[in-house]
Amino acid sequence: MSGGDAIPEFSKAKSGDGQDVSLTNLSAFAGGPGIKSGAEVAAILVVAVVIIGGIELALRIFHVPQYIMPPPSAIVYALFDEFPLIAPHLGYTLVELFSGFAIGAVVGLVMAAVITQFPFAEKIVAPYILILVTTPMLALVPLLILRFGFGYTPRIIAVALAAGPMVMINAATGFRRVDSAKIALARSYGASTLQIFWKIRAPMALPMILVGLMIGAIFGLLTAVGAEMVGGGFGLGNRLTSYSSMIQMPQFFAVVLILSTLGILIYVLFFLIGKKWASWEA
Amino acid sequence: MNTGSARTPKLGVQAASKVYTTASGDLLALDRCSLDVHANEIVSIVGPSGCGKTTLLWSMSGLHRLTSGAILLDGKEVTGPRPEIGIVFQEANLLPWRNLDANINFPFEIKGEKPDRAWIAHLLHRVGLDGFGGKFPRELSGGMQQRAAIVRALALKPSVLLMDEPFGALDSFTREEMNRLVEEIWLDTKTTIVFITHSIEEAIFLSDRVVVLTARPGRVAKVYDVPFPRPRSLEIMATKEVFDLTNRIKMDIVGERRPKAQEQLEHKNAEIVRIRP
Repeated sequence: MSGGDAIPEFSKAKSGDGQDVSLTNLSAFAGGPGIKSGAEVAAILVVAVVIIGGIELALRIFHVPQYIMPPPSAIVYALFDEFPLIAPHLGYTLVELFSGFAIGAVVGLVMAAVITQFPFAEKIVAPYILILVTTPMLALVPLLILRFGFGYTPRIIAVALAAGPMVMINAATGFRRVDSAKIALARSYGASTLQIFWKIRAPMALPMILVGLMIGAIFGLLTAVGAEMVGGGFGLGNRLTSYSSMIQMPQFFAVVLILSTLGILIYVLFFLIGKKWASWEA
Repeated sequence: MNTGSARTPKLGVQAASKVYTTASGDLLALDRCSLDVHANEIVSIVGPSGCGKTTLLWSMSGLHRLTSGAILLDGKEVTGPRPEIGIVFQEANLLPWRNLDANINFPFEIKGEKPDRAWIAHLLHRVGLDGFGGKFPRELSGGMQQRAAIVRALALKPSVLLMDEPFGALDSFTREEMNRLVEEIWLDTKTTIVFITHSIEEAIFLSDRVVVLTARPGRVAKVYDVPFPRPRSLEIMATKEVFDLTNRIKMDIVGERRPKAQEQLEHKNAEIVRIRP
């Protein structure tokens, strides 16, 4: 806010190698410097090769049995070899994740938007939301299975219950960020309550909404896999229990690898959305 | 500027009082303030901090409701925000998720009207912001942000412009530049302006009249005419008349807030204090 018409430091940052400045936003990871040169890429790759190669070497030198820890090469081999068998289960898990997350996110967003409009109602509802956020929804899965059977339904409900409150509590924080001057600005042009919501409150809440969606999606993945481990004959979680019971550790870790990739994809997706739509909040 | 006092004032403040209800009891912010702002006039309101300047301005804009009294625009009571009244807020108050063009289009969006492109382009050129339409507020300096805010306020062609300490956060050079810009825009458009500031120099440079408010509760203590010709050059601003007027206003404001000990001290040194004309 301070300062005259001097060129703000923003434009200095831009002078690097034409990289986008808004990269340094939104999250801890993105806070790091962007990758600049081939040398940096090479260094990152070398370190990765050294770590993974070191593990491979150590496991072989000390003759660690596969049922304790399979070497990385065996895991990668299992991933490709077994993938046709794992792929349908990945599909099932994604169906659960997407449908549960969609339901949870929509309900969570709508509730956050409505509740924050009525501070008194918010006070009454707050403790229940806190219970929903802090209770691991996995605990309810046995009960849900009892009621809905071993199909998609209990899992989708569990994912929705896990994701919804996370989305809601973060979105509510966003919607609560009232900037009275900006609302006064809108009101001075005769804005309606609805216009104030869509043109001021919603964009102001967007960065927090995105954080909520990301946490909700990751909690949803966690709950989906957990629910699959509890019961039912399909899904990546089911594969984990199945492979470990048969001591097929390379296959087991191949599934773990797929799950971490899913988590990273969720993160990257929301990071990119945030970079595009919420980079104004430096 | 104002032709004949018999005319209806552009903006009339009639015995405006405002009470804020707070946890620690009622707070009288404005006490029966009366003030007429005539068409094409620039009136500044100065006063010690917390004297209700901003309360008065927000009431004039229709954003705040008065506890008693009335605000009249062209003789008609103001009961809510009016399109004829434009506001420039403290610290630009641009929407950070919109670029400059989108910020300036914001009033039109709210009203569901088509933006007046030619007029906006003219204004942007006037304040020296052509070519900056795609920039986001965080990419602009404080002065540039406040220029954009002025363009936004003028975009709907208001007949009254209310400015609430618009340049308080700027450094003094930028501030003087912005003051000259406001004068230029006024010479261009002759928009009636009510300007809130805590800088007496700024008030005198810009205004036809300076209204001094008392400390809380805010009352109109004095109204000074500022008869200097426009555009006001640095030479005019350096004359003895300007210096004397500045001091008189300063004494009005500071004198009122003198602590007891200082009063006693000044009583002893009465000779020195009598510099006051």
